[in-house]
Amino acid sequence: MRPITRQSPLDEILAAADQVILGKSQQTRLALCCLLAKGHLLIEDLPGVGKTTLAHTLARLLGFQFSRVQFTSDMLPADILGVSVFDRDRGDFRFLPGPVFSQVVLADEINRATPKTQSALLEAMEEGQVTTEGETRPLPQPFFVIATQNPSNQIGTFPLPESQLDRFLLRIELGYPDHAAERALLESGGRREQLPTLSARLSASDFAALQQQVAAVHASAAVLDYLQLVVEASRADARLVHGLSPRAALSLLAAARAWAFTAGREMVLPEDVQAVLPAVARHRLQLLSGSHAGAEDIAALIRAIPVL
Amino acid sequence: MVKMVKHLKAVGKPSASPGSLPLLTLEHGAIPWLLAVALATAGPHAAHLPWWLSLLVGGTLLWRAWLWQQRRPLPPRWALVLLVIGSIAAIAWQFGTLLGKDAGVALLVVFMALKPMEMSSRRDALVVVMLGYFLLLTHYLYSQSIPTGAWLLAAIALLTAALIRLHGGAQPVATILRHALLLLAQALPFMLILYLLFPRVAGPLWGLPQDAYSGLSGLSEEMSPGTISRLTLSGAIAFRSRFAGEPPEKSDLYWRGPVFDEYDGHTWRARALPAKAAKQLPVVAGIGAPLAYSSILEAHNRRWLLALDIATRLPPDSALAPTLEALAREPVRVRTQFSFASSIDYRANVIEAPAILQQALALPKEINPRTRALASEWASRPPEKIAAAALAMFRNEDFYYTLRPSLLGPNAMDEFLFDSRRGFCEHYASAFVFLMRAAGVPARVVAGYQGGELNPVDGYLVVRQSDAHAWAEIWLAGQGWVRFDPTAAVAPARIEQGIDAALPAGEPLPMIVRLDSDWLRQLRNRWEAANNTWNQWVLGYNPQRQREVLSRLGWRDPDWRGMSASLAILCGLALLLVTLWTLPRRLAADPVQRAWQKYCAALKRRGIPRAEWEGPLDFAHRVAREKPDLAALTNEAAGYYAELRYGRRASNGQLLRRLQQCVRRLPPRRRKHS
Repeated sequence: MRPITRQSPLDEILAAADQVILGKSQQTRLALCCLLAKGHLLIEDLPGVGKTTLAHTLARLLGFQFSRVQFTSDMLPADILGVSVFDRDRGDFRFLPGPVFSQVVLADEINRATPKTQSALLEAMEEGQVTTEGETRPLPQPFFVIATQNPSNQIGTFPLPESQLDRFLLRIELGYPDHAAERALLESGGRREQLPTLSARLSASDFAALQQQVAAVHASAAVLDYLQLVVEASRADARLVHGLSPRAALSLLAAARAWAFTAGREMVLPEDVQAVLPAVARHRLQLLSGSHAGAEDIAALIRAIPVL
Repeated sequence: MVKMVKHLKAVGKPSASPGSLPLLTLEHGAIPWLLAVALATAGPHAAHLPWWLSLLVGGTLLWRAWLWQQRRPLPPRWALVLLVIGSIAAIAWQFGTLLGKDAGVALLVVFMALKPMEMSSRRDALVVVMLGYFLLLTHYLYSQSIPTGAWLLAAIALLTAALIRLHGGAQPVATILRHALLLLAQALPFMLILYLLFPRVAGPLWGLPQDAYSGLSGLSEEMSPGTISRLTLSGAIAFRSRFAGEPPEKSDLYWRGPVFDEYDGHTWRARALPAKAAKQLPVVAGIGAPLAYSSILEAHNRRWLLALDIATRLPPDSALAPTLEALAREPVRVRTQFSFASSIDYRANVIEAPAILQQALALPKEINPRTRALASEWASRPPEKIAAAALAMFRNEDFYYTLRPSLLGPNAMDEFLFDSRRGFCEHYASAFVFLMRAAGVPARVVAGYQGGELNPVDGYLVVRQSDAHAWAEIWLAGQGWVRFDPTAAVAPARIEQGIDAALPAGEPLPMIVRLDSDWLRQLRNRWEAANNTWNQWVLGYNPQRQREVLSRLGWRDPDWRGMSASLAILCGLALLLVTLWTLPRRLAADPVQRAWQKYCAALKRRGIPRAEWEGPLDFAHRVAREKPDLAALTNEAAGYYAELRYGRRASNGQLLRRLQQCVRRLPPRRRKHS
C-alpha cells in the first residue's frame, strides 16, 4: 500500500481536537467517522469525563452551527422542536424554532428526559424534518445529533429503548483519562476555555464533498463477505438475545467506510470493520443477562471469524 | 452403492463464492433440506417399526417443520431429554432389549427424529447428515432389492445436496441437486473399482444378530390342515431354476421338501430317526438321462434344498437324507445358488430300513373309525390296487379342491372323506396316506413345490410360495418309494397347468399368480428377470463370481493380496487423475489468497504467526512492533495483498507478482549470531 503523505484536512481536525480532548484520539476519530458517515452519535459515560467538550469541539472545528439542549425530566417536546406564538403586530401565529433547528445538536443527558420528549428528538433525527401543528419544516443540512447519556443505572434516568438506540450509528465511551492526560488537564486548567479559540477548518461544502467521498470508498466482495460473516455470527451467538439487524449491517459498512477514509484509504479492509464494530454493535446487542454486550464479547466475536 | 458415500468428498468445490460461507450459523433456508434428509433416511423404516415410533417420527418432523415455518424457538432442552428418555424406555419395553437389529435401528430412528428438534448450529446439522448416512446402511439389513437400492441412491443424492446447501449457502434447488448428482457421477468410477476388486469374503462380513432371520416364509417342519394353503396365499418367489436343456413337463416337476412320517391325528411331523436308520445311506437309481439344472434358493432358514425328485447329483456340502430329500449342512440363510442333476424316472430305496417302514405304517389309535373300516375293506388287495382304489374314490366321488375347506374336528379324516369333501392338497395327501397305512401299505406325506412358471425373458423357471404342494409316497416291494398325488386325481389342472387354473375365480389367490392380461404378465416377467440379474450380479457377487469376472478380464487366479494392491493402485490413479484435472482450476481460484497465505506461513516459520482473524494491515503493524527487521517487507506485502483482495485492482498481474516475490525476498531463516 502506498503510504499516505498528504496532510488531509481531516488529519488537521483530528490533531486540533486532540489538543482539546487529551488522550482520546480513538474516540475523537470515531466521532468524526460518525459524522462523515452521516450518522448520529451517542456518547455514554459518567458525568465530567468530557462528553460535552468533545461534541462542542467537533462542531466548532467543522464549522457547524451548534446548539445545546440540556435534557431534564420536566422538559416537553415543544422545548426542543419549537412553538408557535401569536404575533400581535402581524396578527397571526409565528413559529419560533427550537434548538433542534441547528446543524449540530448536542442533546446533553438525553436519558434524563421523559420518553415522550426523547422520541420527539429521535423522530426528528430519523426524518430530517419536524412536524408540529400540522406543518412540516425541514431541518438544516447537514443535521447531526450528538447525544450524551449517563450510564442508565444512575438515579433519575429513562434509558433509551432498543429501537431508539438503533438510530444512533455509533455509540462511544470516553472513560477516564490516562495518567499523563489527566496531569496535562490539571496543569492547564479546564478545557472549555479553549473552545472559543477554535476556528472552523472546513467549509460546509467541503464537508459535504468529504461525505460523498466516504460513501464512495470501495467495499470489495471480499470485505462484504467478511462483514456478513460478522453479522451472521452475531445472530448465531447463543449468548445474545438477538443479532445485528440489516440496518446495523448497513451502519457497520458506513462506519467502516468512514474509518478507512480517515486512515487515508480508498478501500475498506476487515481491520476497518473490526475497528468500528464495538462502537456499532455494543449498544445494539443485548446479552441474555440483560446488559449490553461488553468489549470482550465483541472481541470474542471478532476472534471467531477468520480473515481470509 | 454404500461405498460411494465415502468418496463423495473427493472432488469439487461446492460454492461459487467461497468467502460467503457462514461458519457457525445454521441458515433458516437449510433446515428443510435437513428435514428432508431425516424423512428420506428414517421414513422407509416405518414399514417394520412399531406404529407409535412411526407416529413419533412423523410428528416430530411435522412439528419441526411448523416451528421452522413460524420461525418459533425450539422446545426447551428438558422437554427433549424427557422425550428421548421416554422413547428409549418405550423401545426397551417393546423389543425387550436395546441391543440387536430391530431395537438398534429403532434407537437410531428416534435419534434421527429428535436431533432436528435441537438443531440450531451448523454442527448439529452436520450430525443430522452423518446420522443420515449411517441410518441409510441399516436399510440393507431389511431389504436388498432393486427399489431399496434405487431409494438409497436417491437418498444419498439428497444427503449430498444437503451438505452442499449447508456449506454452499442459498442457491436454487435445481443447482444444488445438479451439483449433488455431478458429485455422485464423479464417485462412479471409484464405486466400480471397489465393487469389482474389493476382496470378497464368503458369508457375511460380520455376524448378524439373532433376530435377523425371522420373518422368512417357506415350508416348515410340520404340516397340519391349513399350513400349505396359507403358504399358497403368498406370491413370493421360493426359488428359480434353470435347466441345461429343455425343462420337463410341468406335471413332472415335483420339488421335494420335508418328508412327514409321523401323524398325531392333527399334525404331520418328520420323526427323528433312530441312530441306526439315520446312518443308512439312501440308494437311488435314475432311469433315463439325468437332467442338469441349477436353482437359486431364496433364504428360507431351513436345510432342505428343494431338489427335483429324485436328485442324483448334489452340490457340495449337501446330502440326501434317509427320507430322500436333499439337505444342506447349514440352513439356507442367504440367497444361494445350487447345482443338481435329477432323474424324473427313478427307483429309490428298493431295500428300505425296517425302522422307516415301520414308521410308515404307524397311526394314532382309535380315531377315524370310518376311514379305518373303508381301508380294511381294501386290505386284502395288492398295494397298487389299494392306491388305485383310493385315487379312484377321489376322482369319481364328489370331492372338491379349494383353498377354503371346512373346519375339521377330532376325527378329521372321517369328516373329510365322508362329510365335507372339501380340501386342499394337504387334506388329500394326508387322507391318502392315512388310508394306505390303515390298509397296511407303508406310506408318507411329502411336502414341497409342484410346477413353476417359465419366465421367457431370462429362461428361468420361477417357483413361488403359491406353488407349495403336498403329495404322498408309498413303498412297494421291488419298486421302492413311488409317488402318488391324490390332488392330481381331484383337480388334474393343478398339476398340468398350475394352481391358478385349478382354483375357481373367487378363491383368495395372490394377484401376482393370477394375472389375466398379457401385458401385466409380461411386465411381471421382465421385473422378475431384472430382479434375478440383480440378485446374481449385485447381491450374489461372491468370491467365486468375482474370480469368474476377473479371469474373464484376463486375470487368472487372483488372490486377495493382489486384489487389494490393485484396488489401492487403481483408486490412487483415479484420485490422481481427478486431482490433475481439477488442480489447475483450484490453483487459479485465488492466487492472491494463496500468495498471502504463503507469506504468512513463511512468517509463522520465523516465529510470528498471523492470527486467523487478523487483517493484513493489523498484522503488518504487529510485525513492525515485534520483528522490526521484517517490518518493511511485511508492510509492503500486506499492502499488495490488501490492494489485490480488497481494492479495485483485484486482477492486477503485476501486483500479484510483487506479492509473490515478497516471499522470496524474506531473509533466510536461521541467521544466528548476527
